[in-house]
Amino acid sequence: MTAAGPNDPATGATLPSGGNGDNGPFNGAGPSNGSARPDGALESAPIQAIRLRHPWRTVLAVVLILFLALFILDAARRPAYDWPSVAKYIFDRRISQAAVNTLQLMVYSMVIAIVLGVILAVMRLTPNPVVKSVAWFYIWVFRGTPVYVQLVFWGLLSVIYQNIDIGIPFMKPWFSFETNAALNTFTLAFIGLGLNEASYMSEIVRAGLLSVNRGQEEAATALGMSWFQTMRRIILPQSMRVIIPPTGNEVISMLKTTSLVTAVPYSFDLYTRSRDISAETFNPIPMLIVASIWYLFFTSILMVGQYFLEKRFARGVGDRQPDRVVAEADPTVSPGPGGMR
Amino acid sequence: MTSMKTPDDVSRSEVPMVLADRVSKSFGTNQVLKSISLTVKRGEVMCLVGPSGSGKSTFLRCINHLEVVSAGRLSVDGDLIGYREANGKLYELHPKEAARQRREIGMVFQLFNLFPHMTALENVMEAPRLVKGLPKAQAEQRARDLLARVGLADRSDYYPAHLSGGQQQRVAIARALAMEPKLMLFDEPTSALDPELVGEVLDVMKGLAKSGMTMIVVTHEMGFAREVADSFVFMDGGVVVESGKPSEVLANPQHKRTQAFLSKVL
Repeated sequence: MTAAGPNDPATGATLPSGGNGDNGPFNGAGPSNGSARPDGALESAPIQAIRLRHPWRTVLAVVLILFLALFILDAARRPAYDWPSVAKYIFDRRISQAAVNTLQLMVYSMVIAIVLGVILAVMRLTPNPVVKSVAWFYIWVFRGTPVYVQLVFWGLLSVIYQNIDIGIPFMKPWFSFETNAALNTFTLAFIGLGLNEASYMSEIVRAGLLSVNRGQEEAATALGMSWFQTMRRIILPQSMRVIIPPTGNEVISMLKTTSLVTAVPYSFDLYTRSRDISAETFNPIPMLIVASIWYLFFTSILMVGQYFLEKRFARGVGDRQPDRVVAEADPTVSPGPGGMR
Repeated sequence: MTSMKTPDDVSRSEVPMVLADRVSKSFGTNQVLKSISLTVKRGEVMCLVGPSGSGKSTFLRCINHLEVVSAGRLSVDGDLIGYREANGKLYELHPKEAARQRREIGMVFQLFNLFPHMTALENVMEAPRLVKGLPKAQAEQRARDLLARVGLADRSDYYPAHLSGGQQQRVAIARALAMEPKLMLFDEPTSALDPELVGEVLDVMKGLAKSGMTMIVVTHEMGFAREVADSFVFMDGGVVVESGKPSEVLANPQHKRTQAFLSKVL
């Protein structure tokens, strides 16, 4: 017997015509949901087949593990790696401080890059041709020159502009400060990295914005939303799903690009610091290992963070990660077997 | 000058809801609408019918300025759409003004166009909060009432992806009604639905028509047109071929083109 019952109380259909109270075939009482077929035939036995075996997968895994074990055993005894030095320097104060500096450079420059990138991407898509050209010009300059060259330029900022005045041109400035005193090499380093990265981020964000169905913009416009409201509330949130994976890429890439700040010159980041130490000890290899371990540690954390961000923005779209509310609420949504209430 | 003295609401009630005067629309060299003249009275339900490419959807989109009219005048409730006329000259409206006009015109799309990152409730609440600045509690109460009205009170926390097509379209209708429009436009609202889900959407639309809403419906549902519509307009090739009472046109089409079309869909 199918459960053709009043299990779905009329949900307050107050339209005069009514008749909407039962949700059609979605009240979980359809014949397809029953465990027995309406014609009374017995259900067939569930399939119990012998699983297909994949012997070559096992062989490949064993061979690779053997090679890895050999490599590790060999590396452990090789003097050039100098593991005692690695152990000695991995938590050295200078190194851990440099690791924190690197992390700060990455975070600050990515904050600049993401905020400015979103602004530039939105600017490029406005109907306003003036604003559009400004964004285009910015991307043309900052994406068109090497980041190393830009960092050297930022380092020379105080040579080009000795003083920075803020105020109305040709009038007495409100604030005036000496460039050298106001902007140290750390600040110049993350500004330089951030402004360069913004040009790449803006293209990533633009791709995301363009990926959203045009019907979304139309629906929002038809509801009376302004262009800017439509962008902020409808288009941008939906584009996040497309934006996040390449942005994760950029964050990890930025963590490593911080090793270029020696061009500013800023010398307290992870890579430059470990090179400086090995210049004293004449033993570069263990210091490279130390730096690599720290970089790997940070990128691993970033990858975990990306996973959770992606999950957050898959709301309502990613059926692979169904939302909690829906998962609890209903066997009715997916009319699979056993969906009888 | 006497008309100046008349109270606004009195003079308004005499103005038709939609007045199209020789409206034309071209995309490049392709003229999609050719001098369409139509009047939709307050509370009237008009069904626009015609083969695909006949310009009926374009005409609908012109009414809320999603498309810009190339020639002629189109006004809703006495307001010229997209322009302001002064001293015999037309001035393009600021986007803000155009948005203000659109608020009062609800639109329902063939492919629903619900916001997938918001629940049904949030979909309905969004525009009143954002555009009208309604407080959250008030917007939520209104959204819940509207969802109940379309029979989806128990689905308010569902994302569109977890609703059937018919349910999605009913949410879309509730979303449009949340802005308290004076005119509702339906662009083939049931064309993308499974046949057995069409009825639930048409039921909601019938209820809306009975409540006195002015509606323009582009549709292929002749049963709905016969039962609910006050006027029936057949379009082909960008012109109005025939119009009249649905019972008369459907039973006794005068024009050859109408006869040919209706013989295929009826």
